[in-house]
Amino acid sequence: MLKIENLSATVGEGEGATAILHGLSLSVPTGEVHAIMGPNGAGKSTLSYVLTGREGYTVTGGTATLNGEDLLSLDPEARAAKGMFLSFQYPVEIPGVPVMTFVRTAMNAQRKARGEPEISAPEFIKKSREIAKVLSLDPEMLKRPVNVGFSGGEKKRLEIYQMMMLEPRFMVLDETDSGLDIDALRTVAEGVNALRSPERGMLVITHYQRLLDYIKPDKVHVLAKGRIIKTGGPELAHRLEAEGYDGVLAEAV
Amino acid sequence: MDCCGGMDEHDETCTEVKVKDGVDAGTVAAAKRLESENYSAGFVTDIEMDFAPKGLTEDTVRFISAKKEEPDWLLEYRLEAYRRWLTLEEPTWARVNYPKIDYQAYYYYAAPKNSAKYKSLDEVPKEILDTYAKLGIPLREAEVLLGVEGAAETAATAREKPRVAVDAVFDSVSVATTFREELKKAGVIFMSISEAVQEYPDLVKKYLGTVVPATDNFFATLNAAVFSDGTFVYVPKGVRCPMELSTYFRMNAESTGQFERTLIIADEGAYVSYLEGCTAPMRDENQLHAAVVELVALDDAEIKYSTVQNWWPGDENGKGGIYNFVTKRGDCRGARSKISWTQVETGSAITWKYPSCVLRGDDSVGEFYSIAVTNGRQQADTGTKMIHLGKRTKSRIISKGISAGRSDNTYRGLVSVHKKAEGARNFTQCDSLLIGDKCGAHTVPYVENRRADAQLEHEATTTKLSEDQLFYVRQRGIGEEQAVALLVNGFVREVLQELPMEFAVEAQKLLEVSLEGSVG
Repeated sequence: MLKIENLSATVGEGEGATAILHGLSLSVPTGEVHAIMGPNGAGKSTLSYVLTGREGYTVTGGTATLNGEDLLSLDPEARAAKGMFLSFQYPVEIPGVPVMTFVRTAMNAQRKARGEPEISAPEFIKKSREIAKVLSLDPEMLKRPVNVGFSGGEKKRLEIYQMMMLEPRFMVLDETDSGLDIDALRTVAEGVNALRSPERGMLVITHYQRLLDYIKPDKVHVLAKGRIIKTGGPELAHRLEAEGYDGVLAEAV
Repeated sequence: MDCCGGMDEHDETCTEVKVKDGVDAGTVAAAKRLESENYSAGFVTDIEMDFAPKGLTEDTVRFISAKKEEPDWLLEYRLEAYRRWLTLEEPTWARVNYPKIDYQAYYYYAAPKNSAKYKSLDEVPKEILDTYAKLGIPLREAEVLLGVEGAAETAATAREKPRVAVDAVFDSVSVATTFREELKKAGVIFMSISEAVQEYPDLVKKYLGTVVPATDNFFATLNAAVFSDGTFVYVPKGVRCPMELSTYFRMNAESTGQFERTLIIADEGAYVSYLEGCTAPMRDENQLHAAVVELVALDDAEIKYSTVQNWWPGDENGKGGIYNFVTKRGDCRGARSKISWTQVETGSAITWKYPSCVLRGDDSVGEFYSIAVTNGRQQADTGTKMIHLGKRTKSRIISKGISAGRSDNTYRGLVSVHKKAEGARNFTQCDSLLIGDKCGAHTVPYVENRRADAQLEHEATTTKLSEDQLFYVRQRGIGEEQAVALLVNGFVREVLQELPMEFAVEAQKLLEVSLEGSVG
């Protein structure tokens, strides 16, 4: 269970710091998929960064725990080892570091942090091959440097590849649908759905209802002005798609 | 596994190392020996030494020459250089700052007692053998025959272990050279230059000072006067040297200058790959290192020269460290010859070094691949010169500078195309990576072109290690130090690939150690 209580956070330092999250509360029980929708500037990406420990974001109040363990005091890598995974809205290029080397290094770093043995090379390659197939990724791509020269769609698929390789316990998908055509969206959704399990939770951040046709959420939350202002079932997403955010925002005031 | 066997004060610093596919356990173990919290090569070997009287006079030059029982022509060569040196000014054009060097405060010759008499490895004092063992450099051929520690092994070559012949230079003298007999069978001469002067005086006389003349520059002239020891290699016509050759330079004695002289000749159609490694103890005062390396490649010959330089860089406040003033030059004297320099520079307080190629023969090729890392208060001014004299000569420069801490890192390079160098081509790429905001990176490319048909390309980039990249990597579970190492390794990958496998692993590890504590 991911449990966020009364979370407040600012971005920037000193005089220039801006408050983005204002007492946000949210619980995603293990095994469930929740979606977060909201207008631009609502704090969606900030929430994903605060949960995963990015520098430059300061928590000014509240708590966030994963399965009862505090997340906010940990370094990003320690949170990753506990099972937090963020699929980035804008995946970053890492020149000179091949995908396979990167993911294997990450996997073994996490395993080491958890006191588990390293994955063997044949085991790793087998797993990588299987996942690449599910995501229709060219195996040659996995020998190229991370995200360098990849198209927008390829980058997003590579995020899902990493997620499937690392098998996190909690996944945050930040606008994974942006920049994807409908075929790529379907492929990506298949990968994500393959990871749905009673042992995992997921937070899907999106602007559009479209993605939720493929990744069906148990609950939909509306994030605005740094707080969750409304929670409902999948039908809430359809309503937002039809009416826009204005109606929901007006109700919340 | 006892991964730090024989290490002195750093026994407790063993940590896991990540290795790429295809690297065997021995390599990992050897690489592990290189790591420590700080500088694992920083120990001092306690052994009785012979010194020349401190300071530099004509008598010092005569003392060195006499110690080595040199022929008259060489003594004359040294004396002429010494007299010329007295008239020269130390150069100041490099972007490095250091207090004025008192050349009278150094010892110009330091040798383990009785070293001149070592007839075989059995006579080399245990302390010295232990020193090299600590550094992961086996000298006993028996060990070497079992495969050099640190030698890479892929599945395909598992049965045929790569072997490396080693010349070990301890302060001013060569203490041991391995595999000599076997190399001799192939016709390859591999020995210390002092021995070569005795055994092959004609060869030495023919080539010494023909690439870097004694009049070349302040430091080269100083070296010509007082050079102590170094390596001599001659690969005869048509011979492909059967193994990697290497020299490990170790500066041990206090207040000592090391002035090594290396001369490598690849005769027509010959090939040789040579590796050079350097370490020194941590000392509070600055030690002086002014080497000269000369390479000669005749028709169709190829020389590949790799350096992993890890001299003590001084502490974080800039106290101590090696002053490294080096003149390295290769002469592609023959047609279609090729000289390739690859260097990984992580050490020294001051680095002043420009391995160069004189592309004299038609269709000859010069290459320079460099990784220069500066951290703490280190200053590096390094690069290359590619002098195109012959027709259709080609050169390629790939330089990767990494600056961290409060260091300064300058690439300084010259591409010179002379009148007769019809159809000359050069490609230059200089990339700088900044870690933190208190360091500096500078690129100073000079071009002199006398040909309208020359094709010269230059690319340069300066990037900061980005927060975005660092967060992305850490979010995947990789700790900060390892994340920096991974990003840096990616940055220098093109150059690392040029190194022989066993050195690449060592270099990778060194980069990691050199940049520890550079972020956060």
